[in-house]
Amino acid sequence: MAVAALPPKRVPQKQTAWKSYSDWANEHRKWLFAAPAMIFVAVLIAFPLGWTLYLSLTDASGSVRAKSEFIGLENYADVLTDTERFWPAVLRTFVFTAVALTVQLVLGMAIALLLWRPFKGEKWVRVAILLPLVATPVAVGMMWRLIFDPNIGFANQLLGFVGIGPQPWLSGQYSALPTVIFIDIWQWTPMVVIILLAGLTSLSDEPDEAARIDGASAWQRFRFVTVPLLMPTIIVAILLRSIDALKTFDLLYATKGRGGGSFHEVETLNVYAYGLSFDYNDYGVSSTVLIIFFLIIVAVMFLLTRRRKDVQK
Amino acid sequence: MKRSGDIVERRNSRALAMTVLTTVLAAGSLSACSGGGGGGEGDAGSDTVRVTLANHVWTDAIVEAIPEFEEETGLTVEVTQLGEDQLSAQYNVQLNAGTDEIDVMMYRPLQEGKLFAQNGYLADLTERVGSNADWQWDDFQEGPVDSTTFEDQVVGVPTITEREVLYYRKDLLEKAGLEVPKTLEELEAAAKQIKEQNPDIAGFVARTGKSPAVTQFSSFLYGFGGEFIDDEGNSAVDSPEAKEAYAYYGRMINQYGPANVSTDMSWPEAMAIFTQGGAAFYTEADSLYQNATDPANSQVAETVGFAPMPAGPAGSRPYNVPSWGLGINEASGNQDNAWKFIEWATSKDMVMQIQQEGVPGPRNSVWQDPAGTETYPEDLAAAIEVSAENGVGADRPLVINVGEAREIVGDPIVVGITDGDVDAAADAAHEAFQQFLDDERE
Repeated sequence: MAVAALPPKRVPQKQTAWKSYSDWANEHRKWLFAAPAMIFVAVLIAFPLGWTLYLSLTDASGSVRAKSEFIGLENYADVLTDTERFWPAVLRTFVFTAVALTVQLVLGMAIALLLWRPFKGEKWVRVAILLPLVATPVAVGMMWRLIFDPNIGFANQLLGFVGIGPQPWLSGQYSALPTVIFIDIWQWTPMVVIILLAGLTSLSDEPDEAARIDGASAWQRFRFVTVPLLMPTIIVAILLRSIDALKTFDLLYATKGRGGGSFHEVETLNVYAYGLSFDYNDYGVSSTVLIIFFLIIVAVMFLLTRRRKDVQK
Repeated sequence: MKRSGDIVERRNSRALAMTVLTTVLAAGSLSACSGGGGGGEGDAGSDTVRVTLANHVWTDAIVEAIPEFEEETGLTVEVTQLGEDQLSAQYNVQLNAGTDEIDVMMYRPLQEGKLFAQNGYLADLTERVGSNADWQWDDFQEGPVDSTTFEDQVVGVPTITEREVLYYRKDLLEKAGLEVPKTLEELEAAAKQIKEQNPDIAGFVARTGKSPAVTQFSSFLYGFGGEFIDDEGNSAVDSPEAKEAYAYYGRMINQYGPANVSTDMSWPEAMAIFTQGGAAFYTEADSLYQNATDPANSQVAETVGFAPMPAGPAGSRPYNVPSWGLGINEASGNQDNAWKFIEWATSKDMVMQIQQEGVPGPRNSVWQDPAGTETYPEDLAAAIEVSAENGVGADRPLVINVGEAREIVGDPIVVGITDGDVDAAADAAHEAFQQFLDDERE
């Protein structure tokens, strides 16, 4: 009878649908909460990517709204056999990334080690080192363009003081790429410093002390204790910087303009793809280059994250 | 048992909160994506005319005068002003997306005119230009009008015209005891002599970037009797005349140009060398003359002189072209008011006013009126008059994809400047250019 004495069921018949939804929502709440982000990603990443992929299979040119024909993989065949612009651009992209990244890591590590232990005026030094990082790349490009001007630039005046003749810097066919790499190093080494410094600060002192007691030299302690412990952080730095360096555009465009200069001397894949769509209005080929570029970046990312997981194990 | 009811209630409200949150967030992100397209101000007959202009002395003058137009018509003008490259990129993105957010667009008839017209970005103005007899469409110079006409439809109104002239330093010529060169041969001899006398000063400077140099090289090409495209529509950049012109232009900069010359120079860089006193001769568009005569920007303001383009074997053949024009976006819902703006900006009074401020205009009546050139240096006005007579109506290959064509035909220029094999470069450029023209004809 106790049961009969219960008040009538509070949820009327018409609300059972709501109730079952409510149960469902409760059960799937992690999906429900993640839904906005997932929709966001789908719309903002998947759609442009899908559209680019579609364009890369057509001969779209002039205007993307103009009639274009589906030509299958023809663009890919053309691009992958293009030894005049595409492959040199691939090579430049990798040279730029590899050289900039290597120097940034070595320099960044050295600076991070110097800043690791507290010293007087540490704050000021840290701020000064971070300055290049906060400048916008286009402004940086314009500034270095003035400094490296072959006729009136400060760089050549400086060389003049020490008796070295003027150099062409950015305007030379063969010196332009090394010069933009130098600028990239100048601007982005601080970022590597920050990441590595964060990693160093979180290391415990004990392994180092143990090694010291065992009579290891400074180099040995660095090489066999600090670096292995720091490896996960180093890989994060490599990951972030390499993706960034691969995609560099603003600096190159601000210093050398369209096509990466008259000889395409700093034309990387990004600059090439930009020229194809904005100077040549060749959207099909441009999309093809971008898709290939995208695959390259994904591959690099995949390799690095796998390496990172190996290290963490 | 009350508790169990509470739980049901709480569960319900939690599900409701989740649903609301999810919907709001999803809707919010979606509408944020489509936000750019709406606008709503582009409705027919809106009182706001949206005008996109390039950075130029012409634009400065127009922007200053816009309040008069607004007062006259009761319309509001919204100006977006961009650098040349940014403007191109902006058009590429916006017009490709079919925007109705631009009503009036300033564009380069020779660079983008064919492409835009073919893509249907430019509204047909044929009826409008004929509708107002006072405004006088037939007062506009023939060459410029040709280049804003596409397949018998008028798609733009020229605003700025330019011709290539020789900028030179009077003091250096005087010091060397030289006359102003009248032929390319004399120009080379003079540049050589001045460079020898003044090791720190270049005899000659001009644009060196592969693409920017093409337009200024064109007058040399025509002077030697060459052309980019022959009468049958085929590439002509490997003709003996063209090869001579390439070699001449390259040699002038390689041998008598500034030390350590960059191969990326467009006019700002080349002009800077000239106005800082670094060169004796400079060939450039006349519409940029104020950069050299304004004492605030130029160290040679007192000593700069102007002369017609020196003659080659085929005579003095500078380009005479409309560098900018105004068109109406085909997708704009406000075309009537957009036209009112164009009519005002290109009226006889405005063209006269702006030409007096230093920007050469497209109207015959303004050029014939002595007031139209009274503010110009005398020698420049004379040079412009000569150039207008014997000028050629194009300063680049007239094709649809001008950007790519310029890079192809510009390659031998850069090879020449860096002392490479010009003949081989011209042959290679010819092959590539012919291929390009064949592709475009398909």
